[in-house]
Amino acid sequence: MILADDEKAMLDGAGGIAKQKAMELLVRYAKALGAERFVDTSNIAGVPGSSTLFLQKYFEEHGGDGSFEAVFSLYDLDAGEVMSVPRANGNCCHLQGGMDLEHFTELGMTPEAMLHQRADEAELARHGVQIMKTCTPYLAGNLPLRGEHCAWMESSAVVYCNSVIGARTNTEGRESTSAAMLTGKIPDWGFHRNEYRHATHLIEVETPVESVMDWGMLGYFIGEAVEESIPVLTGAIRRADPLRHKHCGASAASSGGVEMYHIVGVTPEAATLEMALAGRKPLVTIKYGAAERRRVYETLNANGRDRNIDYVMLGCPHASIDQFRDVADLLDGKKVKTHLWMFTSRAVKTVADISGFTKKIEDAGGIVMTDTCSAIARAVPKGTKVVALDSAKQTHYLPAMVGVEAWFGTTEDCINAALTGRWSGELR
Amino acid sequence: MIVLRGRGIVGGCVEGEALVTHETISGWGGIDPMTGTIIETRHELRGQSFKDKVLVFPGAKGSSGWSNAFHMTRLTKSAPLAMIFNQMTTKIALGAVVTRVPAVTELDQDPLTLIETGDWVRVDGDRGVVEITKAAQKRKSRCDRAAL
Repeated sequence: MILADDEKAMLDGAGGIAKQKAMELLVRYAKALGAERFVDTSNIAGVPGSSTLFLQKYFEEHGGDGSFEAVFSLYDLDAGEVMSVPRANGNCCHLQGGMDLEHFTELGMTPEAMLHQRADEAELARHGVQIMKTCTPYLAGNLPLRGEHCAWMESSAVVYCNSVIGARTNTEGRESTSAAMLTGKIPDWGFHRNEYRHATHLIEVETPVESVMDWGMLGYFIGEAVEESIPVLTGAIRRADPLRHKHCGASAASSGGVEMYHIVGVTPEAATLEMALAGRKPLVTIKYGAAERRRVYETLNANGRDRNIDYVMLGCPHASIDQFRDVADLLDGKKVKTHLWMFTSRAVKTVADISGFTKKIEDAGGIVMTDTCSAIARAVPKGTKVVALDSAKQTHYLPAMVGVEAWFGTTEDCINAALTGRWSGELR
Repeated sequence: MIVLRGRGIVGGCVEGEALVTHETISGWGGIDPMTGTIIETRHELRGQSFKDKVLVFPGAKGSSGWSNAFHMTRLTKSAPLAMIFNQMTTKIALGAVVTRVPAVTELDQDPLTLIETGDWVRVDGDRGVVEITKAAQKRKSRCDRAAL
């Protein structure tokens, strides 16, 4: 590897032991990738020092305690000792976490775990990390520039960052983002490099894709069709907006490993088809028509049997403020018969609160929560057997993780299920 | 014995029984880090554990929690003995580094076609060499125990 002077200095310990250990980990990682150098980054989204009861107990028995600095040193930086951790470099935020601090009881968490999370948050603040607590940092105040080098975790945020914003990040992990927070470095590999960002697969969309549900299903199709490759889409794709991209990317990163997609005339690195393909011919051309659309819908609903719904979950990825407005309108003056939980970031919830959206949802019997979701917290309301979801990503993960049946449909289908207790969604 | 040569990405030398899958593996949501068991609904290895096995697979997919999930298996003593894979990604590079088990990739022949579950495999992550003894001809250790 070619190391810059500041990188060599950190490795030699000039910035203190924590930066030295962080740099050592990044070098091990970069060499494993086959990267030749690092890029500078000052936009990092990770889960620094985040700990479960398991990790806290483990490190109490193995050379530390359950504190933030112990977990950060021994686990995040994979160092053999507990170190004093300096303030983070640059613009660093904490992504989603394990619980809502107000509604932790509903999520099945103990007061002890809640107090531990509060203590961790005080430590995050002391270390200069923004407590954003969301899988959608781009909707909550962390919006990088086109071309900016980032180090982000969270597959749905990564695909949004590359595809929609045109900023540059690989799918980083907990350890690499924590190390980058101290060093401001990340391996110059993959999506940081121009030659890596071009499409190889062409997807011709022949059936109109306009609703949020349709954008989510298109994403799910893309992931299954291209797996880890980069697709470029042409055809009948309408009403591109942040909400629709959020659902498209999240599902493409769940059914496959899509980290970037192009849509001709829509996304920033695809002004033309030729630009997205770097002038080459696509390796594969794939059609998305009415039959493919139906097959995706059936795959997502394959697990649903019982139409009696116990629980409706909204907000995967975390709900945007326009989704709050829509849900509040649908629920206004009505009462739900099922459990209804809607998840979002603290930033969006603040706006939902003062806009009156939260109150309408709560008056109807729903609960608005922040920080987490059912899959991350592995928590559904007690006794839940059947859930209704408007997210293909959540439908992909939740049934296996908590052992429930799931129905997938539009937000309106889900609200109808909440109001009637019955699933009546169908492909329209 | 079949010998494959590639690039070691995490050092060390171990040998043991292979567990082979032709499907990529999801970390978060795809494995149970407490036991090393594959839990993904439609995965061909669903219900099987890679604990103490030489895991041979195409690569990593899914959530950015991949490294964290495999890092956890090191703590719970449920980690694979070694990793042999084809597709390099940030998920697997970081995951292998923090799981700290010998890992080899970029092999000169496809490990997925040459290695079957149950074969005895020696993984030398320092030199990037994989030696395969088919299950029928299992032989005794050639690893330098002192090097472990």
